[in-house]
Amino acid sequence: MMKKTFSLLFATLISCALAVSARAQLVVEITDGNQDPTPIAVAPFDWSGTGVLPEDVSEIVAADLRRSGLFAPVPREDMLSFPKTPEEVSFRDWRVLGTEYVVTGRIQPQSGGYLLSFDLVNIFGQSKMFTKQVTGGPQQLRDIAHRAADEIYEAITGIRGAFGTQMIYVQETSRGGEPSYALMLSDIDGARARQIRRFSTPVMSPSWSPNGQEVAYVSFETGRPAIFRENIRTGARQQLTNFKGLNSSPTWSPDGTRLAMVLSKDGNPEIYVLDLRSGQFTRMTRHFSIDTEPNWMPDGKSLVFTSDRGGKPQIYQLTLATGQVDRLTFDGDYNARPRVSPDGKTLVMVHRSSGIFTIATMDIVSGRMRVLTETRLDESPSIAPNGAMLMYATKRGSKGILAAVSLDAGVKYSLPSQQGNVREPAWSPYFD
Amino acid sequence: MFKSVKTGLGLACVLAVMAGCSSTDTDDSASANQLDQTPPPVVEDTTTVEAPVALDNVVYFDFDQSLLKPSTRELLIKHADRMRGAAGTVRLEGHADELGTREYNLALGERRANAVRDFLVLQGVNAANLEVISYGEERPASEGSSESDRAMNRRVVIN
Repeated sequence: MMKKTFSLLFATLISCALAVSARAQLVVEITDGNQDPTPIAVAPFDWSGTGVLPEDVSEIVAADLRRSGLFAPVPREDMLSFPKTPEEVSFRDWRVLGTEYVVTGRIQPQSGGYLLSFDLVNIFGQSKMFTKQVTGGPQQLRDIAHRAADEIYEAITGIRGAFGTQMIYVQETSRGGEPSYALMLSDIDGARARQIRRFSTPVMSPSWSPNGQEVAYVSFETGRPAIFRENIRTGARQQLTNFKGLNSSPTWSPDGTRLAMVLSKDGNPEIYVLDLRSGQFTRMTRHFSIDTEPNWMPDGKSLVFTSDRGGKPQIYQLTLATGQVDRLTFDGDYNARPRVSPDGKTLVMVHRSSGIFTIATMDIVSGRMRVLTETRLDESPSIAPNGAMLMYATKRGSKGILAAVSLDAGVKYSLPSQQGNVREPAWSPYFD
Repeated sequence: MFKSVKTGLGLACVLAVMAGCSSTDTDDSASANQLDQTPPPVVEDTTTVEAPVALDNVVYFDFDQSLLKPSTRELLIKHADRMRGAAGTVRLEGHADELGTREYNLALGERRANAVRDFLVLQGVNAANLEVISYGEERPASEGSSESDRAMNRRVVIN
């Protein structure tokens, strides 16, 4: 009977600071689901205010749960009744349908915004698991829905939900025959896409700061690649590098104090670490090959990166204290752009097998590799902060689209853009 | 290559229009507001003796390679002959195809442009006049995904 109230003031700042562009939206298409998803019914939530709510909150909750691949929400037309409270839930009726859980909810107006009270009922256990509350401002019905889905998901799976997270990605469109590039920010379901900044030259490699406030990226606006950091909430921006040659692949350290990056000012690409407080750059690799695409291990003590020092691109681990470099991948002749799971146990990467570029995971201890995707030009994997899914970029025809896959490869969905090409998704951290 | 040819044509058009404006003021908006005092057209011979034959300014590479092909070397020797006497900076723009990761391809584009730079320097071109910049796979010359599209994109553009 735990009660919990979330403050969504934080997210209000986000939505106020940025203009919404409906045309830029991504739309979810589920392409592959788990074998045995858990049947759950999210009954339509009761609304005690006046007029009609601008969002179908219970439907957003159901869509979140469906997208995780672990749940099969009962379609509304198949429900025998629409219970508003746990007391109205007929265990016998839902058991006949095979439904394992029922969610009921009530929305009421509260200080200009909304209050959702929602309950999770276990049908076979014939018990109420919880009643919780979440509040939000007038523009935050979707946030309220995602937070409710997070709670339901965690109560049943034991894994923290990530439905309330966001992503940044690159969108390329054509404006008057000229390519135009934008850094976009959207909910993780693709909704509420809005532009962070637009560029007339390429922009690439967006990387979230661990506190979810800033993004680091590479822009060509100065005539050569340069690394910038930008506060997503305020738009305040700072150019961090302007070296001769490459300035690329920025990634924030887990504690937010350092930025790993690639500079070629010494003649060829080397990994550097920038201390953001002192402004000091420290060179971490010394090799005539290409060293690039650094990413931090969760303990902040080592980096994984791509190098072709063995002749082909493979993934290596660099221990920062000693400078020792160890090769991690041996399977296949092209493994690149590693990202580490939040528990530090799994690598995801771009892996080429028989000429096709796919996303693969590798267990770091055993070295066992598994290919997750089946499309041809998959790249830029980015893992959810709960480690359950990853978002990546691929192509459908000649169009760049985003897609997601669970780390066990059980569920897949795609997020095609209604406009232009989209690529380089960066899944946000948790905002609290 | 398509792109650079297009840009070249565009530039030629702009120059032609500018030339027209300076001597005859045939701009539509201007003539609409003025009496037509345009003199009859005069043909001018603008051929200049030193006008060079345009050298192909794009060289191509194999997948994940930055080795110069023999045909590329011949072309670069001609570029070097011209650059040795000329002032000003030349930009060497390295590019990659869509295969492989974006950041690795950025590095690969730079490696290709560096290979062109090193060859030109060996031919006596002043290294200080050569600027290398890589766009990786961010600015394809050809948008498609066929092998011929990709071959067009694995390139260094001499600007």
